[in-house]
Amino acid sequence: MGVGLVFVSHSAAIADGLVELARQMAPDAALAAAGGTEEGRIGTSYERIEAAVRQVDSGDGVVVLGDLGSAIMTAEAVADLIDPPVVALRVVDGPLVEGGVAAAVAAQAGADVDAVARAAARGTDPEEPNLAGPGSGAPDDSAEAVAELADPDGLHARPAAELVRLAATFDAAVRVNGVDARSLLAILGLGLRQGAEVRITARGSDAATAVDAVQTLLSTGRPEV
Amino acid sequence: MAGLTADWARDWVRLAAASVAEHRAELGALDRDIGDGDHGENLDRGFTAALAKVQDGAAGTPGAVLRLVATTLISTVGGAAGPLYGTAFLKAAEAAGDADTLDGPAVAALLAAARDGIVLRGRAEPGDKTMVDAWSPAVDAAAAAAAGGAEPAEVLREAARAAGEGAAATEPLVARKGRASYLGERAVGHRDPGAASSALLLAAAAEAAGSR
Repeated sequence: MGVGLVFVSHSAAIADGLVELARQMAPDAALAAAGGTEEGRIGTSYERIEAAVRQVDSGDGVVVLGDLGSAIMTAEAVADLIDPPVVALRVVDGPLVEGGVAAAVAAQAGADVDAVARAAARGTDPEEPNLAGPGSGAPDDSAEAVAELADPDGLHARPAAELVRLAATFDAAVRVNGVDARSLLAILGLGLRQGAEVRITARGSDAATAVDAVQTLLSTGRPEV
Repeated sequence: MAGLTADWARDWVRLAAASVAEHRAELGALDRDIGDGDHGENLDRGFTAALAKVQDGAAGTPGAVLRLVATTLISTVGGAAGPLYGTAFLKAAEAAGDADTLDGPAVAALLAAARDGIVLRGRAEPGDKTMVDAWSPAVDAAAAAAAGGAEPAEVLREAARAAGEGAAATEPLVARKGRASYLGERAVGHRDPGAASSALLLAAAAEAAGSR
């Protein structure tokens, strides 16, 4: 069934809209909205969050994202008090929309609860370790290559998520057509279709390995064995 | 000399509900100045529900009463005060444990646990212009009173006094947590509504103990 996601907002319209948006890129993920109060006012509701968590819980873990302070606090209270407890219930205070979409795509791709929570926390602002800037010390290795995109459906949600996960396994900072390969939304924003020529660059100690691996993934649709 | 019982806890809830209802408009006005204006209304709803839950007298210990209050507040208050006060009462209930009566040090420990619960949930520190600014001096005053051998009622009176001063002292502060933090300097000159309601709750606790 996969990791479930709950979007908590003070506004029911925001939470419902985010489910709708994320659903476009993650049609099969378990997504639930918990917006507003039970009386339909602006606010957060313990009961609504608890019910949404139950709804998406299939035993693989649940990630809850919220907007303003009390959404997170109420979600954390649910996590502490829900009885019987939910296995691997994580509350993430990240950017709700970007994090929600990134987490939904990760859940759709079958990522485990920790990976989904990381995607949720990061949103569009991934950490970029080892990005060599001016005066940043020792010269890094760099590498680049070109791949022709093999996937007949283009670089849509699932393969984009695979690329993001692969890129995250290297120390090197990998870029694809100039955008950070660890940013799911940036990758999706490229709108790459089958046959597109993709330029892969990397800087960092394992740049050559990283470029090879990404080139293989993009040009075969399969990760390196 | 007697310690505080479940009846004290029930009286606390009753007096807290009355006080929150009486100050509902005032808390709402404070919250409208620097928040979203629903603090009085939310707390009134929560404590009215909590009072209904504890009135039947089924809870036999202070801890059991406080636990009922906690779960009721979390599910009925809405807004940040629900999880914050809910966690405070939950931690207070855990500190009270199964004891039938609470002496001075137990009351001080209960207040410290409540404060720690608020800090855990809201991640605010003293000086952030939040309810922590009422609870922290209250906990310190209660601990000092208990260490000096004060009776539970006196421990609570000291806590309430310090909480009131702490709430007043939030007025010149710039908020660093909660909705008011978006206002920056514009929050200066306004008393934090969470600190104000915290002072009311502790005053109710002291009144409940003093009338026994």
